[in-house]
Amino acid sequence: MSWLIMTFRTSIGKKLMMAVTGLCFLGFLSIHLAGNLTLYWGKARFNAYAESLHSLGPLVTAAEWILLILGLVHVLTGAILFYQNLRARPVSYRVKKRAGGRTLGSATMPYTGLMILGFVLFHLINFHFTDRTDRTIYQIVHSAFHNPWYVGIYVAAMIVVAVHISHGFWSLFQTLGANHPRYMPFVERVGIGVSLIFGAGFGLIPLYLASVP
Amino acid sequence: MTQGTETIDITLKVWRQKGPEDRGRFETIEVKDVETHMSFLEMLDVVNERLTLEGKEPIEFDSDCREGICGMCGAVVNGIPHGPEKAMTLCQLHMRKFEDGDTIVVEPLRARAFKVVKDLIVDRSPLDKIIQAGGYISVNVGGAPDANAIPISQELAEKAMDAAACIGCGACVAACPNASAMLFVSAKVSHLTLLPQGKPEAARRAIGMVRAMDACGFGNCSNERECEAVCPKEIKITNIARLNREFIKAALFSMEK
Ligand code: HEM
Ligand code: FES
Repeated sequence: MSWLIMTFRTSIGKKLMMAVTGLCFLGFLSIHLAGNLTLYWGKARFNAYAESLHSLGPLVTAAEWILLILGLVHVLTGAILFYQNLRARPVSYRVKKRAGGRTLGSATMPYTGLMILGFVLFHLINFHFTDRTDRTIYQIVHSAFHNPWYVGIYVAAMIVVAVHISHGFWSLFQTLGANHPRYMPFVERVGIGVSLIFGAGFGLIPLYLASVP
Repeated sequence: MTQGTETIDITLKVWRQKGPEDRGRFETIEVKDVETHMSFLEMLDVVNERLTLEGKEPIEFDSDCREGICGMCGAVVNGIPHGPEKAMTLCQLHMRKFEDGDTIVVEPLRARAFKVVKDLIVDRSPLDKIIQAGGYISVNVGGAPDANAIPISQELAEKAMDAAACIGCGACVAACPNASAMLFVSAKVSHLTLLPQGKPEAARRAIGMVRAMDACGFGNCSNERECEAVCPKEIKITNIARLNREFIKAALFSMEK
């Protein structure tokens, strides 16, 4: 086992954990988005989706635990990387200038990540750890998005997620060693596409529901 | 534009630090009549001559070949290691790139792993420590093998040569927001491991050099690509992807510990 610990303690090992857990989150977001899009078909379809999901019982619980573990790995490793990277340059430059590599997404990964963490907790308290005995999930979501504060927070959070993924997507390929001039430009374009799809896909739902009486 | 003008006046804001323990500070020096065909380092030479005549300490900086091949020179000029010109070392940068009246801020390469020795000179020996941890191939003594005895494809030879262009100047570390040495390490690993002679020690090299890099206190790569943008030899981050592959291979599929 010690080789495994040694491997994941190296800088590349830590980056690999970020890439694999980040990739898993992208998979989770895809499934989550597909499910949420049933909201556009109205109350019945959305409640039916929620019901069939919960009918999976222990599978859902298992998925939740796996997501929690992946989340802990991503957040804690990200925190260690952030701390080590700050420490690696104790005296900063007088003139801070980008040479052309950095992007909005890459420069803000730890900050967008922290905001996503805050949002995920807020989101779980709203819709997961909430009393569902005499309200359907549609009613909970629908009433939440008639509060403009909730709409604002959700839309802002989805923009933040899009920014995180705009760097994270191509970056995870690079971390896993998959960078070749033949396909990297394509991967980068897909990354922008994916962040737009997640940003718009999730972000428009609160706006849509706010308009549904 | 400076076209037609032979000389310019500039204001240097240059980092002065007496030694590793000194806190250091910026010194502002007005430099009149800088000939625009001088290189940046020649400009510093002229400034140093004037400082010496005034009885002041000259600005310490590193240089050797002054033709862009040794990797000794390098400072951060207006926020960019080796200055504003792409694919160029500081010794090859010319003053015609600047305009009359410019203020030029000159700082040492900054990283926890690179201690300032004096003024603009930093100790880049951590890069040597990384090389000692695997940046070599072992060769048996005896008769020299025939040249070209081992066939190597043109493509591999090109890739290895591109990586071998690294002069170890440390600009990648200086440019990286995380002060990571990944571009340097990846160039060294690539140039050796791509070739047949480097294969036998590939796993040990990848693990050894990455561990040495971490132990020296460099940061972690987060794929910001600033290194690639400033590298005077235009080393590509595809080398970093290769290092990642070599590391994964070594960690998961070799007996190397
Ligand atoms: C929607 C959820 C999330 C997704 C889809 C996601 C995805 C990713 C991906 C794909 C990467 C790139 C990995 C690489 O460069 O190889 C990444 C990096 C990162 N993530 Fe996340 N992430 C999410 C949430 C979070 C959270 C909650 C945090 C922290 C509180 C966080 C912090 C970071 C940090 C700091 C990095 C950069 C690591 C580095 O390169 O140094 N992320 N994320
Ligand atoms: S002095 Fe040799 S590369 Fe600049």
